[in-house]
Amino acid sequence: MNKFIHSVQLDESACIGCINCIKYCPTQAIRVHNGKAKITPQFCIDCGRCLRYCPHHAKTAVYDSVDEIQEFTYTVALPAPSLYTQFNNLNNIDIVLNALLLMGFDDVFEVSAAAELVSEASRTYIQEHEADAPFISTACPTIVRLIRVKFPTLIPRLLPLKPPVEVAAEIARKRAIEKTGLKSEDIGIFFISPCPSKVTYVKSPLGIEKSEIDKVLAIKEVYPILLKHMTHDESKLKPLSMSGRIGIGWSNAGGESAGLITDNYLACDGIMSALRVLSDLEDEKFHGLKFVELNACNGGCVGGPLTVENPYVATAKSKQLHRDLPVARTHSDDSDDYKDLDYQWSSYVEYEPVFRLGKSFRESFEMMGLIEELTEQLPGLDCGSCGAPTCRALAEDIIRGDATKNDCIYAFHEYINTLSKDIFFLTQSLQLSGNHSSESMDLLEDYIYKLTTELDKKER
Amino acid sequence: MDENLVFNYTISGDDFTRAGEASSDVKNKLKMMGLDNNIIRKVAIAMYEGEINMVIHANGGTITVEISADNIRMILADTGPGIADIDKAMEQGYSTAPEEVRALGFGAGMGLPNMKKYSDHMEIDSTVGIGTTVTMDIHI
Repeated sequence: MNKFIHSVQLDESACIGCINCIKYCPTQAIRVHNGKAKITPQFCIDCGRCLRYCPHHAKTAVYDSVDEIQEFTYTVALPAPSLYTQFNNLNNIDIVLNALLLMGFDDVFEVSAAAELVSEASRTYIQEHEADAPFISTACPTIVRLIRVKFPTLIPRLLPLKPPVEVAAEIARKRAIEKTGLKSEDIGIFFISPCPSKVTYVKSPLGIEKSEIDKVLAIKEVYPILLKHMTHDESKLKPLSMSGRIGIGWSNAGGESAGLITDNYLACDGIMSALRVLSDLEDEKFHGLKFVELNACNGGCVGGPLTVENPYVATAKSKQLHRDLPVARTHSDDSDDYKDLDYQWSSYVEYEPVFRLGKSFRESFEMMGLIEELTEQLPGLDCGSCGAPTCRALAEDIIRGDATKNDCIYAFHEYINTLSKDIFFLTQSLQLSGNHSSESMDLLEDYIYKLTTELDKKER
Repeated sequence: MDENLVFNYTISGDDFTRAGEASSDVKNKLKMMGLDNNIIRKVAIAMYEGEINMVIHANGGTITVEISADNIRMILADTGPGIADIDKAMEQGYSTAPEEVRALGFGAGMGLPNMKKYSDHMEIDSTVGIGTTVTMDIHI
């Protein structure tokens, strides 16, 4: 399996080669070369920040199509709780769940119901392993991927439990097999997702070998279809929702922590803030914390790049929606289906040192020395014209062999200036001395050749 | 690796918002160099504590980090008030940090003890009224 598979991709035809994305990427995974952006797969963590910031919409997320429902004999929809927060004046979750059935799914199982089970499992796990606290939430796959490439010492702090959507998929598949008698491959489990990061998770999960989810649909694709099927006539609704405040709350920043019923937690949202918190956590700047919840998106999952509503409006709506609900409506002793669930990860996340410079410490040491030297020579303006986000990043690219110093517009200007002056002085001395030896003519030709080829390269 | 790799930092005094920038920068560079994670952790924590000390007590100073094939040396030099009683300053929980700094959650008296704990060798050269230089070594 490809360890660095991604949902976030570049639409080359829409990319004009501007430098917005390189500036916003939190892992400096994007470069613009030859007029097009290019995402380095090892560095990308699928946060989707470039999707939001690209003014030309040249970054896209790859996900499955609604038509794929037809490929299975029986399908179950797993709506993320953030889906419920997309609609105006929604006061009953069953309206959304019934609409999912009307649009073609055979059954639904709420991710928020599974989230209540995961909250329960998390409480037990943290209590039993208190000495190893604080634990870092693993519900956001982008955060897990960030830690995997940047924070090796924090890997043992990852809460080794499956995310709610995985638990939901396991329950849904088991129930569907029992109910229909169909083979597992004839049953399609469809997650309706707020983010591309979950698409990546399903294709290449961390913490487990294989996901039980078959397809991932984007909230923004399902949303207009659902609108057509939403009936507010309560007499026509099948009672389906099994989520309480804890389950729905998972869609907001701080919601997962609220489900742990502890005050010793830190909840942070937004990938840039998460980076700072992780760095501080690495330096042991916090004491007495039990849990650290990190969401890559501002506002939590409601801020996912595949949602339609403003995350803060969505948060306000979710508060309205769960105001009158019980704390939790799904408990591990409610059903036999929940009793045998195994919440724990089956495989551990390994550090991927993708940002390492050389193959050995000695090689990296030499390279770091050269990078320092080169960075000093660059203008330090971080203008991005070279296609790298900062002058230092360009220096790193040059030493890694992926760029040249003349990619810097200022270094290039200086180079051309020096060459032009050399040509000027040479021609002047030729004129004065009247010496037109083949040696001097060769030198002149060499200068002009360098000048034209370098200018030509820039032109391209 | 005949020459040491040297990183120089200037630490501004009384600016808590910037405290930790230097140690964070060193941490990132060491990660790129593929050093053992435990060594990086020791360097990051020891240097951060030293950096914070310079902000709290000495109105800033300079930090020089020298990396060789088998050692990381951090030299933290300031022209602050100096440490009157080094033995006392090394005791856990002893602090001369002013009240307003403690209110920010600093000055718990763990700075120097932690620096000693996380480094393999530490030397303090301090003269009251002249300044302090702390040299820490962490072996690779």
